[in-house]
Formats: sequence, C-alpha cells, structure tokens
Amino acid sequence: MAEAVAFYGLTAVALGASLVVALSRNMVHAAVSLIPVLLSVAGYYVLLGAEFVAAIQILIYAGAITVLILFVILLTEGATGVRVRPRNEQVSLGALVCLFLAALLVAVLTRTPWPQTQGALPEYNPGAVGQSFLTAYVLPFEVTSLLIVACLVGAIVVARREA
Amino acid sequence: MKGVPLDWAYVAAFALLGSLLAALPFAVVWLLAPRSSYSQKRLTYESGVIPFGDAWAQFHVRYYLYGLVFLLFDIEVIFIYPWTVVLRQLGPLAFVEMLIFIVVLAVGLAYAWRKGGLEWT
Amino acid sequence: MMAEAIRVVLSVVIVFTFVAVGVALFLVLMERKVSAWVQARIGPRHVGPYGTLQTLADLLKLLQKEHILPAGADRLMFGVAPVVVAVAALMSYVVLPWGPGVIVRDLGVGVLYFAAVLSLEVVGILTAGWASNNKYALLGGLRSAAQMVSYELPLGFSILTVAAIAGTLSTVRIVEAQPYPWYTYPSVLLAGLVFLVAATAESNRIPFDLPEAESELVAGYFSEYSPLRFALFQLGEYGSLFATSALFVTLFLGGWRGPFGIPFVGPVVDGLFWFLLKTYAVVFFFMWVRWTYPRFRIDQLLNVSWKLLLPLSLANLLLAGLLVAWSG
Repeated sequence: MAEAVAFYGLTAVALGASLVVALSRNMVHAAVSLIPVLLSVAGYYVLLGAEFVAAIQILIYAGAITVLILFVILLTEGATGVRVRPRNEQVSLGALVCLFLAALLVAVLTRTPWPQTQGALPEYNPGAVGQSFLTAYVLPFEVTSLLIVACLVGAIVVARREA
Repeated sequence: MKGVPLDWAYVAAFALLGSLLAALPFAVVWLLAPRSSYSQKRLTYESGVIPFGDAWAQFHVRYYLYGLVFLLFDIEVIFIYPWTVVLRQLGPLAFVEMLIFIVVLAVGLAYAWRKGGLEWT
Repeated sequence: MMAEAIRVVLSVVIVFTFVAVGVALFLVLMERKVSAWVQARIGPRHVGPYGTLQTLADLLKLLQKEHILPAGADRLMFGVAPVVVAVAALMSYVVLPWGPGVIVRDLGVGVLYFAAVLSLEVVGILTAGWASNNKYALLGGLRSAAQMVSYELPLGFSILTVAAIAGTLSTVRIVEAQPYPWYTYPSVLLAGLVFLVAATAESNRIPFDLPEAESELVAGYFSEYSPLRFALFQLGEYGSLFATSALFVTLFLGGWRGPFGIPFVGPVVDGLFWFLLKTYAVVFFFMWVRWTYPRFRIDQLLNVSWKLLLPLSLANLLLAGLLVAWSG
C-alpha cells in the first residue's frame, strides 16, 4: 500500500519534471528540473531494494552531472539570454514520430516475456556489489578505468585546443 | 515496510518536511513584511553604480574541466565504496585489483595535470 | 506501522528543532563570540544573559524585512535555491550517531548517503548565483561550485580511508569498530587532517571563502538575497558545518564514546553529552581557524585541492587498504 503510494508519487514527480526539462524555454530551468527526475529514479531504486545504487544515483547524477550540465549551459548559452526555441516548423512531424516510438516501446515492453532473476536481492548492497566486481566481474571493472581515462584525455584535448 | 525502504522513508520524510519547514518562514514574512516595490530598489547591486551590461561573467572552459575531472573521479569513488566493505574478507587480491584501477586513473590525472587541465588560467 | 510513523515525525521535529536552535541560532552567536575573543573584544552581550538571545532577536528582525526580488532575476530559481541548500544540509542529519542507539536511521550506506546529500548543496549554490541576475553573485556561485566540487574528492577519500579500516559504511558501526579512544591506524591521522581542510573548503569558510569574500565580491552568490532567504542560506551553511563536524567526530574522534570507566548518568545520556561536546569542540576549531588565517586566492585554493590533497589522500587510502588487506 505504502509502496504503491510511493511509486505513483515518484512517477508523478518524474513525469512532471521531465515535461519541464523537455518543454521549457529556459535552459537553466530545464537543467534544474532534471534534479527531481534523477531523485525520483533514486526513489525507484530504493523501492526495488537497491539502496546502494540509489545513493550513488544521488551522488553522481544529482550531485555531479547536474553541476556539469549547468556549467556547460552557462558556458555556451551565457548567463541571461537562455531562451531557446523549443519548437520550430517541424513540430507536428516530430510529435508524430514520438507517438509512433512511444506506441512501439509500449508494445514491445508489454509483450516481451521478461525473464525473472532467481533469488532475492542481497541484504547488504555494497558488500554484494563489492564481491561481484572484485571476483566475478573484475575485467569489466578494470576496463572501466580505461574508459574513464579515455574520457578524461578526450575532454582535455578538446578543451585545451580551444583555449 | 521492511528495513531498507523504511530507512529511506525517513530520508524522504526529512526531505519533504524539511522543504515544508524551510518554506514556512516565508509565509510569516509574507504576512509581516512591508511591500513597496519601486524600480530603484530592484536594481542589482554593483558597488553603488548603476549596473551596466547583462549579468555575464567570463566563462572559461576551466569551470567545465574542473567539473568533468571531478565527475570522472567521482565515478572512481563509487567503485571504492563497495571495495572498502569487502576488502578485509577478500584480502590482497582485492587490494591489487583496486590498485590497478586507481593507478590507471592516476595516470589520467597526471596527464590532465601536465596538459594544464587543472590550471585556473 | 503507526509506531513507525510517529517515530518518523518525532525524529523530524526533534532534529529540526535542534538544528534551528542548537545549531543555527547557537552557532551564529558562537561565531560572533569566538571572533570577538580572537579579536580581543566582547561581542554581543546586551540581548539576553551574555548575549545569548542575540541571534533570536536578529531573526525576529529579519522576519519583518521586505523581500526584494531584483529586476530580471529568475523568480522561481531565486526562491528554490536557498531551500535546496537548507534541505540538503538537514537531510545529512539522518545518519549522525548521537549516542548508542540514538540515531534517526542507521542507513546501510551511511557515509555514502552523507556524501551524496552534501553534493546536492553545490547545485543550490550554483543556481542561487545564476538566479540573481548579478555579476558578482554569478561569479561567486561559479567559483563556489568549482571549489566545492574540487574538495569533495579529498573529503570522500578521507572518509573512504576510515571506511576501509572499519570495513563498513554504517556510521554506527564505524564508531563501534574504533578501539579506544579512537583509531590509531597509521593512515588515519593524515586522513583526519585532509578531512579538516576539505571540510573547511566545502563549507566555504576562511581560508577558503573566496566565493563569499566580503571585500571582493560583496557577498558572493548571496549578494542579492534579502533577509529571510539569506537566513535560510545561513541555516544551510551552519547546518552542514555542524553535520560535517559531527561526521568528523564519528569517523576520527570516537563518536559518542567518552573516556572509559567514567559513567555518569547512563549510556545514552553520556553518549549524547560526549558527542555534542566533541562536535562543538570541532566547530570551535573551525571558527578559530576562520578568524586566524587570511584567505587563499582562487588558483591557490584549487591547486591545493587537485595537486596536493587529491594525490595525498589517494595514496593514503591505498596505504590503509594495503594494511587492511594484508592484516585482515
């Protein structure tokens, strides 16, 4: 019962804020509205029992990525005139494509027999996650570090070239 | 509601009730404070001079770089959190794995440092 | 179910009251008294015994002041930003262990949650700076964000060092895992020092308060904020200062535990007493530093973080990990 309330509450917040993100004319409003969306996703993780993922969702997405997005917006759009035209002449065509895509997604999601994972979620999340990526999934873990460094090098190269 | 969701119900309560309580004094002010808006009063402050130009500031790419490097290391940090919890059980192997991970990232940091990505100017 | 609901509401009320009175009101006064003592003067003394009601009087005055929204400022963001900062600070109180068994909720991911919530403050400050339509505020907000973000990493690493030694992320278990009187593992001292420096920077306090610097940027990102919203920012600032000090006590100073063999009233009351004593002592330390040192330049401040503290705390973490992995 409480779960249902929480779920629908989170969904309402997520959908509402997403609409603001997509439709707002003010880029900074859009960026800041992203925060409720990200926090609701964290809420979903909690409802699924994945509190570790929820915490890192808040830490990374709401805490770091939003800051980065805001920096980028201020860097490119400038402080005041952050008015963007969210609609142009092709609105109707775009809307049609969106509806089609939505219908497709709903059809696929409802008709696929999703396999259920066996077993229950481990009690202590961080411990279980740690066990898995340090034993069974070591390789993806180490490769991630390479991915991160590649990202870093790329950003430095691009940014410094312009300076 | 069992353990974990209940934990976070507290978090949600703090967030919601906190926002409510933070907004409460505004109601008080709305009731108590005078309200007389005239254009002079609403000028933004610029050391006594009339503000000129739009409110912009020099947006260097450095803000973005600091933000980006922070984000990348933040991702490193989220791997380290579970590692701290299982380190004692898994022993030296886990340590070496994390060492490799961190060293690779340290190389990235060194690169950024050398290329001036961490400079203010 | 009902009992839990009551407990939720009760803990919210108790914590918020404590934060409003014992933290915000008291710390503002404490700051003024400490600064006075450092500067060889007396500080507030007329309102209430020894000036203790001064902050309350100030607050009552602030409540009557007019709200001014600067021309061209973004009304919604302008209003939301201080609330974000204050709420983020309040949310961090959920995992503070005030005494044995005295905690709002011992989250399994305790310290991670704390770090996550603190990182939300940066967004509030950035938004506040932008929303004011004022060059100084925007610049202050940007610099503040860059600074806070740069120091979040060393702070995180020093927390992780203790977590690695304790083998848990739960604040309660971290306290319980400490030998008497607190951790004496080799890397803990350095981690503690890094934490103190990073925490000072995260709270935008001198020597790291360039974003708010009075003489340079008027008042930084809150230049344009009229009294009550300003008060909310202060609540957030002092709130997170207290919470961070409390975390320091939890991680490095043995939490609620007092010197062994001296039971006074009972474990809970004793615990509360020692916890509060230690936390206020750490807060005092932060204030003492503030009124003693000059401030860093922005480039110095960022260099200290990225080029000194980050490699240092990282190496320190690895050292601790090495010791734990080989001994455990």
